[in-house]
Amino acid sequence: MRYALAALLLACAMSAVRAQVETPKPPIPLDARQEAQYKALLPELRCLVCQNESLADSQAPLAADLRYEIRGLIAKGASDADVKRYLVARYGEFVLYRPRLEARTLLLWGGPFLLLLAACAGVLSYARRRARPAAPPPVDEGALRRLLEEQDR
Amino acid sequence: MSAELGHFALILALGVALLQGCVPLIGWRRRDARLLAFGASAAHAQFLCVLVAYACLTYAFVTKDFSLAYVAENDHTRLPLFYRVTAVWGAHEGSLLLWVLILSGWTVAVSVFNRRLPLEMGALVLAVLGAISVGFYLFILLTSNPFDRLYPVPAEGHDLNPILQDPGLALHPPVLYMGYVGFSVAFAFAIAALIGGRLDGAWARWTRPWTVTAWMFLTLGITFGSWWAYKELGWGGWWFWDPVENASFMPWLAGTALIHSLAVTEKRGLLKSWTVLLAILAFSLSLLGTFLVRSGVLVSVHAFASDPTRGLFVLGLIGVVVGGALALYAWRAPRLRAEGELNLLSREGLLLFNNVFLVCAAGAVLLGTLYPLVLDALGLGKISVGPPYFDSVFVPLIVPLILLVGLAATVPWKRARLGETLRRLRMPAVAALAVGLTLPLAIQGRATLVAVAGTLLGVWAAGTAVQDLWRRVRSKADWRAGLTSVPRAAWGMNLAHIGLGVWAIGVACVTSFGAEKDVRLAPGAHAELGGYTFVFQGEREAAGPNYTAQQGSVLVEREGTAVARLYPQKRLYASQGTVITEAAIHPGPFGDLYVSLGEGYDDGSWSLRLYDKPMVRWIWLGGVLMFLGGGLAASDRRYRLARALERRSAQAAEAAAA
Amino acid sequence: MRFALPLAVLIALLALFAVGLQRDPRRVPSPLIGKPAPAFDLPTIALPGPPGAAPPPARMTQADLRGAPVLVNFFASWCAGCQDEHPFLMELARSGEVRLVGIDYKDAESDLRRWLGRHGDPYAVVLSDLSGNTGIDWGVYGVPETFVLDAQGRIVFKQIGPLTPEAWQRIRPLLQGSAS
Repeated sequence: MRYALAALLLACAMSAVRAQVETPKPPIPLDARQEAQYKALLPELRCLVCQNESLADSQAPLAADLRYEIRGLIAKGASDADVKRYLVARYGEFVLYRPRLEARTLLLWGGPFLLLLAACAGVLSYARRRARPAAPPPVDEGALRRLLEEQDR
Repeated sequence: MSAELGHFALILALGVALLQGCVPLIGWRRRDARLLAFGASAAHAQFLCVLVAYACLTYAFVTKDFSLAYVAENDHTRLPLFYRVTAVWGAHEGSLLLWVLILSGWTVAVSVFNRRLPLEMGALVLAVLGAISVGFYLFILLTSNPFDRLYPVPAEGHDLNPILQDPGLALHPPVLYMGYVGFSVAFAFAIAALIGGRLDGAWARWTRPWTVTAWMFLTLGITFGSWWAYKELGWGGWWFWDPVENASFMPWLAGTALIHSLAVTEKRGLLKSWTVLLAILAFSLSLLGTFLVRSGVLVSVHAFASDPTRGLFVLGLIGVVVGGALALYAWRAPRLRAEGELNLLSREGLLLFNNVFLVCAAGAVLLGTLYPLVLDALGLGKISVGPPYFDSVFVPLIVPLILLVGLAATVPWKRARLGETLRRLRMPAVAALAVGLTLPLAIQGRATLVAVAGTLLGVWAAGTAVQDLWRRVRSKADWRAGLTSVPRAAWGMNLAHIGLGVWAIGVACVTSFGAEKDVRLAPGAHAELGGYTFVFQGEREAAGPNYTAQQGSVLVEREGTAVARLYPQKRLYASQGTVITEAAIHPGPFGDLYVSLGEGYDDGSWSLRLYDKPMVRWIWLGGVLMFLGGGLAASDRRYRLARALERRSAQAAEAAAA
Repeated sequence: MRFALPLAVLIALLALFAVGLQRDPRRVPSPLIGKPAPAFDLPTIALPGPPGAAPPPARMTQADLRGAPVLVNFFASWCAGCQDEHPFLMELARSGEVRLVGIDYKDAESDLRRWLGRHGDPYAVVLSDLSGNTGIDWGVYGVPETFVLDAQGRIVFKQIGPLTPEAWQRIRPLLQGSAS
């Protein structure tokens, strides 16, 4: 099991051994705007084989296949949302690196902001508590008088 | 034979650590000076034992002793000596041995440099460190023993992971561990303060140099990690928000908050219980990092062989160490009373906000890293939280933080006057605006919002730091006297802030202006990127000590003159039959050129990926400057002076008694 | 008492991790469970079948999977895990409990024939997904993966990785409920 995992991790780091079996697919040309859309979209998508990489960086064969599919979709005029919907229908939300804003991710997207508010509130309340200089401890007049009398003696 | 010696030494170390954990505590209860002093001797003995164990493992690696399972998995007959030595920490068991070696080293350092501490506090600190060591020794001996034998003995080892066969392996883990483990000292000081019930400016003064030293190593370790990933992984990235990267970044954020909080506690006696909590938090996040890397609970490129049993053990360790610390905190922290008053418009007020942003950033990173696990555990499905999330959440927190850096450097302690402050900030603000607008234009001929904003912030942070130094030097009549009058801590602080500024400029520029291009070139063909011409000159065979490679040759020209010749490789390591890409980089102070070899085709052409990375080295330069700044701050005279003063007063007391 | 809050957070985190240790973070659950099998149109591979059996049609689509529960097994001759599950698939085929349809994923026909010849052929029919596009439509991200379809052609279960006897114990009741 340990070797299997190590082999998988290594496979994700090394370049893909291209399957020589399939006929090479014709390259899909994109205009400048589509190319920019393609380049910007890939880092948002997670590779399912090399799961610590985006589709932009992964060298896994599946990633190469998915990149080709996405190029095809964009060439046909698909928007980012269309491409994401295509992938999510097949692989689930796991494939999106930017989690969708829904009920179960409210805490994720709102959490840092709530934390910031809570922290600032904490600071302000601490500052208010500490702003008033601490009252000096009440003086014991009797003890003070006795001390002074002793000194005079 | 050496393996048995190493194993025995480790068991001995466990025994000594147990004593180190218990005896000073008993001495503290009984007020017995001899028992209290035992802690230091135990620390020295423990270090010797661990050193022997580590040396035995290294010896086994160097002599390719495949009868040890760990060596058989990570060593190879053809592995060069350099990598045989560094492979010791290349996988789980050995890296844990490095961890305890470094922990033991820190413990000895504490016992040596802390002779000026009251005996009780020093003993408590050593006891806590001993207890932590016990946990790790048990972890190693019970679940992850590098000295386990393998029978029958294989003739050949499995070899070190080819990705790790790089000089970066020599730097990144040891330096990173110095930081990770170093926070245990601040942790121990915090526990000692809670147990002893006493926390004052002196405590903060003792704790600070240790914390800053750990912080500076962690900074350098993370910087090395980023540089190494950039160099080795082949696609030009320098930070991936990978769970294990986050696991090292969270203690860094907490540690940065801690060193600033300690400054406030030392100077003004405020934020006592908060500082203690931060010290516990920083080390807890280090332990969390250990858990994440070794338990398999998150997907990461860094993960060591993941094993749920080991994960459970580390979980138990965290439960005992951190749980115990936090229980102690819940019980004793309410007793810690602040001493002074707080005015928000003052250095301590601004440092409070510094802590807010740093801690919120750490919280955001923690939330994002753990959220997929939370949803999965609750049965709510599987999602991914990746760079798009972290970038969206982190950037709005770091921008105000860098603004604060500039402000806090200018504002005095206790109470600042708004008018005076604004007047002082005018020059850095103007410089920031000026450079922010012109530098991107100078580098790339165009300006984007990110580039301008980042440069502006970077110059703001660096500019206010330079201004602070300038004012200090000019405060004396003669500038030479002024230079020597500036305390090292001020040099350190400002250098670190300059480093932060440099880092910000690097990040902004490389994010805005970094470009890449996938091309397929036949020999002799060329491609353009970023004003450079990349000419592919063909491919030939090359070889290394334990690999063969296909090596491409790329000539880079700019306006007709040759700038660099790059040799990207695809290496085949025969031992595991794996191929890795070794990118070729032309480094430069204002940008890198980077070429990565792809696939070869039948017609002799090759696919290549070309990168232009303006200002990328500034990212790591910033990290190095922060490291140096930390070093200057930690070695400030007043930490050493206190010792000299106490020595003199002790001598005076002796003379008076005589 | 706000000083106890960090401890409470820690306990919650430890509980989370204890649960998390039992989960596999790499496993990607399929969004197709409960949905009809994705459309495909693939060529079959002519293989020596049992004597007297009719040769399979030249091509098959998802409509051909309806009528009885079926296991759709994505595999390849170059995949080590497929070799691990193969003996169990042979057993399953012999028992006749369920029909097995194999989809050969990104594999050369000659390699496939050699492999099945060596290890045996448990499949009623083998389809060839040379490009891997059908695999993408089914959400396959590694081989072997096995989809369990009911008689109406709906996906009721996806086995990621080799099909083990333990997994089969969990799958069998799903088939009994849906056999028409």
